[in-house]
Amino acid sequence: MPEKHLSTQFDSELNTVSSRVMEMGGLVESQIQQAIYALSQFNSEAANKVLETESRVNAMEVEIDHDLSSIIARRQPTARDLRLLIAISKTTANLERVGDEAEKIARMVLSIIRSGSPRALPASELRVAADLAAGQMRKALDAFARLDTTAAVSILKEDDLIDREFDSFVRILITYMMEDPRKISPSLDLLFVAKAIERVGDHAKNIAELIIYIVKGADVRHSSIEEIETVLK
Amino acid sequence: MEHTPITASAPKISVRDLNFYYGKFHALKSINLEIPQNKVTAFIGPSGCGKSTLLRVFNRMFELYPDQRAQGEVLLDGENLLTSKQDVALLRAKVGMVFQKPTPFPMSIYDNIAFGIKLFESLNTADMEERVEWALRKAALWNEVKDKLKQSGSSLSGGQQQRLCIARGIAIKPEVILLDEPCSALDPISTAKIEELIVELKEDYTVVIVTHNMQQAARCSDFTAYMYLGDLVEFGSTEQMFFKPTRKETEDYITGRFG
Repeated sequence: MPEKHLSTQFDSELNTVSSRVMEMGGLVESQIQQAIYALSQFNSEAANKVLETESRVNAMEVEIDHDLSSIIARRQPTARDLRLLIAISKTTANLERVGDEAEKIARMVLSIIRSGSPRALPASELRVAADLAAGQMRKALDAFARLDTTAAVSILKEDDLIDREFDSFVRILITYMMEDPRKISPSLDLLFVAKAIERVGDHAKNIAELIIYIVKGADVRHSSIEEIETVLK
Repeated sequence: MEHTPITASAPKISVRDLNFYYGKFHALKSINLEIPQNKVTAFIGPSGCGKSTLLRVFNRMFELYPDQRAQGEVLLDGENLLTSKQDVALLRAKVGMVFQKPTPFPMSIYDNIAFGIKLFESLNTADMEERVEWALRKAALWNEVKDKLKQSGSSLSGGQQQRLCIARGIAIKPEVILLDEPCSALDPISTAKIEELIVELKEDYTVVIVTHNMQQAARCSDFTAYMYLGDLVEFGSTEQMFFKPTRKETEDYITGRFG
């Protein structure tokens, strides 16, 4: 928020809740990184770390929601402040879901490790999609911190890339399963991993849309890129 | 200023290029505004922005004071009330006003209402009683005062007195009701009752309210005008003004960044 309120207390409440979101975002981002690392190395230690962080992420969502209710009840925010608080509430919900996806990836990695020969699976084919999704998430959090709509639009434009990577991975995986039906079970685990990565990208996209909502007051969910660019003019 | 033609319904009052002076002081600067019929329009802005001045032009209340003049047009149903030959008392019967502090006349509750009616109509006792009851019911006060109509108006609580003043205004069947900070001296429960009333009044009347309480404007108005230093900065639907105002000045004021 660029300018200050008459009430410095209100300012500090908004700043505190915004930095709590960033803190939660940082936590979730590191979960995703750990999950991707666990996947690339089939490292059960990293996977377990992801699972350990989950309860902290959940607790942060609850705490931030509590702070939001308190600010809304006491300050009756309007206009940009109101939009910021609504967007924060939705952002934390999205972040919590990203945490869930990281947890899902970690659980699948552990299951694949237990199944025996993880290195025989085409997990490396997920590398590009995973890095894209983690990168999108980081960009979304950066853009949120700076309320940068230009960065938000570029996130929205790049979501397609992850979707395309997902589709091509599914094709590779099908071929792989047809060649060796004994690998179907661990391959399905890997399919869930791919789906989770794709969902992380979707959550980053949702956060990017919320940035535009805060700054422009326009709800751009379900809008085309052209429509969004018109809003931002 | 931003010109926002927004109303589907016909304007009850059209303000065109209105300038207002207190002596040499230029208090309203080229105001253009349309007050929609059967809606509640709120004027907000910091002290001295001209919102009460603008309200007082609508029934020529300013003429009570020397050295005050208005230039431009204020059309009530198409007729410029600033140059109209119409008797000012008739204008004020059509455009009623309720002030910041409750101003009951020093007479009974019944007579407070009947007084104004007698100036404009000669009703027989039964009709008069009916009209008084009607006005008190409209102002949501009847149930509280029906057993003590002969008591003095000033024996009522502040909130009741303010509703009595609204009843007095309604009794002569105006077309427009101007409310100048009607709740600033009232507790939250009385305020809530007046706000309920304001929303009900718009069925029959065009309501214009000046308020320092922005949340009050948000709660009970359909349209909001933000004024600053004699300018009309922005006028729009209340929802838009409080969610996504067009002008930065409006947003700063509404979110409390003004200073």
